[in-house]
Amino acid sequence: MAKVALSSIAKSFGPTKVLGGVDLDIADGEFLTLVGPSGCGKSTLIRIIAGLEHQNAGSVAIGGSSVDHLRPHERRVAMVFQSYALYPHMSVGANIALPLTMSRLKLWQRLPLLRQLSAQRRSVMRGIEADVEAVAAQLQLDHLLARKPAQLSGGQRQRVALGRAMVRNPDVFLMDEPLSNLDAKLRVHMRTELAELHKRLGATFIYVTHDQVEAMTMSDRVAMMDSGAVLQLGTPSQLYEKPASLKVAQFIGSPTINLLPAATAAGGRLELFGRPLALAVPLAQGEAVALGIRSEALSLVQGEPGGNGRAWFSARLRRKENLGSEYILHFDLAGRDAAGVTMRATPAAAAGVNEAAEVTLGFDETAAHIFAADGERIEPRGQGAATGSVVPLRA
Amino acid sequence: MTLALASTAGFTSTTRRRLWIERVTGLGFALPAFALLLLTILLPLAVLLWLSLTNYEFGGVDMDWVGLANFQKALADPIIRRSLVNTLLYVAIVVPGGVLGALLIAVLVHRRKRTRSFYEVVYFLPVTSTLIAMATVWQFLLHPSLGPVNGLLKWLGIGPIAFLSEPSTALATLAVIGIWQLIGFNMILFLAGLTAIPRDLYEAADIDGCSSGIDRFLTITWPLLGPTTMFVLVTTMITAFKIFDTVAVMTRGGPVGSTEVLLYNIYLEGFQYFHTGYAAALTFIFLAFILVFSAVQTFALDKKVHY
Repeated sequence: MAKVALSSIAKSFGPTKVLGGVDLDIADGEFLTLVGPSGCGKSTLIRIIAGLEHQNAGSVAIGGSSVDHLRPHERRVAMVFQSYALYPHMSVGANIALPLTMSRLKLWQRLPLLRQLSAQRRSVMRGIEADVEAVAAQLQLDHLLARKPAQLSGGQRQRVALGRAMVRNPDVFLMDEPLSNLDAKLRVHMRTELAELHKRLGATFIYVTHDQVEAMTMSDRVAMMDSGAVLQLGTPSQLYEKPASLKVAQFIGSPTINLLPAATAAGGRLELFGRPLALAVPLAQGEAVALGIRSEALSLVQGEPGGNGRAWFSARLRRKENLGSEYILHFDLAGRDAAGVTMRATPAAAAGVNEAAEVTLGFDETAAHIFAADGERIEPRGQGAATGSVVPLRA
Repeated sequence: MTLALASTAGFTSTTRRRLWIERVTGLGFALPAFALLLLTILLPLAVLLWLSLTNYEFGGVDMDWVGLANFQKALADPIIRRSLVNTLLYVAIVVPGGVLGALLIAVLVHRRKRTRSFYEVVYFLPVTSTLIAMATVWQFLLHPSLGPVNGLLKWLGIGPIAFLSEPSTALATLAVIGIWQLIGFNMILFLAGLTAIPRDLYEAADIDGCSSGIDRFLTITWPLLGPTTMFVLVTTMITAFKIFDTVAVMTRGGPVGSTEVLLYNIYLEGFQYFHTGYAAALTFIFLAFILVFSAVQTFALDKKVHY
């Protein structure tokens, strides 16, 4: 068990800068997810932790001591690859046993012909077999030990890869998009299994994914990365409820957050589509800002809109998406220079909206995330800073 | 499928007619390939077998049926026995040298990034060159008094070696030239095999503790090159069995028969002495050897190779 500390890790491939000084402290036994769009450097970062790639600057420490000079297998880390990287010519049992045969047998005891001369080899191999069987039993692979990887289903291969990682009792598990090659249903199932495995083993997990759902559902903390830097580090709810920047807000959450163009009027007061809001921000007059509103924060307004800290705008229904328990409604903002918005609705509420019908959508102004033109989050000014009452954002 | 399962009694005449057309069409499609096979392989083989059972001499007017006499003569002939032993010796040197050498070079070249194509071209050059032309160059290089190789040996204090005119070294020298010619082609095959091994596997192995080159080679490279090695082994063996051109150009079977090989003897019997019937019998023996060797290798190794 070990904590992992990354300090100002930088990496370039030729002229391409991939990581620009990443600092990250991962607690002992934590499940940390690195999430971000492809090319954001998350895979490179995990490969640097594994020792498969060398950083140009900065240092990796595992369990309090630097591992920069150590080979991958000396770092007491295990890695699960997206492709599983199982040895195709070896049985499942031999695949899982390989890390142990490498560490417990000397080189000459592994060489063909020469190994027959070793007296201890047999007893060592018996110990390895017992360990492999124990791990296989945990992963329900015991009946598959004699098979070759090609004879297994995707989910079984995934478990073999996990078994090969677990058998060494590593301090840190590194997982590089381990669920990406599975079908949707199995992916959901394996999410639960991985989370439970983490709880059972108590080891530190560092998990790389481009799927924000995986990041949200499994992690203790999530590090959202983009362009080689960590944009925000926090619990899944922190990232969802208080995204530090526009990029984080757009990446986390499904459907994607709605962005409405707003502008500042006198005193930093916000205006949405020319209508003044109760919100005010510490910006000069005439600045453009983006209002981020989650799809569940929108609601249909019956009767007179506005008032009571609620903003509103009119929209036209383009499409309904039936998810069974709820509907996703897609609206166009008629005649406005803005992308459409999406809204979650109960089947009953969705039934009340007709295609192409013009409706009024409203949202609680306190639920809006405000982003400046450079994408940074802006907190609205507290009470009294501007006229009207501004309720502070929930933490 | 459903047609095959249904009983014939239930077939209407149109169904039967369609089945018949289908069968004729199928045979029609197979016909061109079969005709080619017949004309280029089966028919010549039959003629060869027929000739081998006669005492036909090239240009002769008549011939007699001699049964298996040609084969009996061949198996009793000390020259043929010697040439067979020489051929096997040659194969025994060229196959390990040409396969393992090519594997070693491929592994070394594969790691190079910028210079890889340069090495590929250099090692592949002998394959593209005409061996008969290159044989003259080799003859000069290995010449006891004029050749630079012996010049170097003399400078090192090792007396001049008459590589090609000394019975004890002639066959081995030809084998080295054979390896030189084969190695580039085999290297390209091994390089293709190496490229097909996913990089992930080496990384996984690195994390699992295969840190030394020997471990990586034995755990990943060698097993995953199985199918390539198998192919290279069989083709190299067949090529080595067919040694002819260097013998014909450089030694003519000498000195004292030390480089007489099977194909050269067949050539002598068939085209110099015009014993066509006898040469046909020898060719049959030669083909049988290649067939048996390839079959044994394929069946013995196939079980150990992971595809």
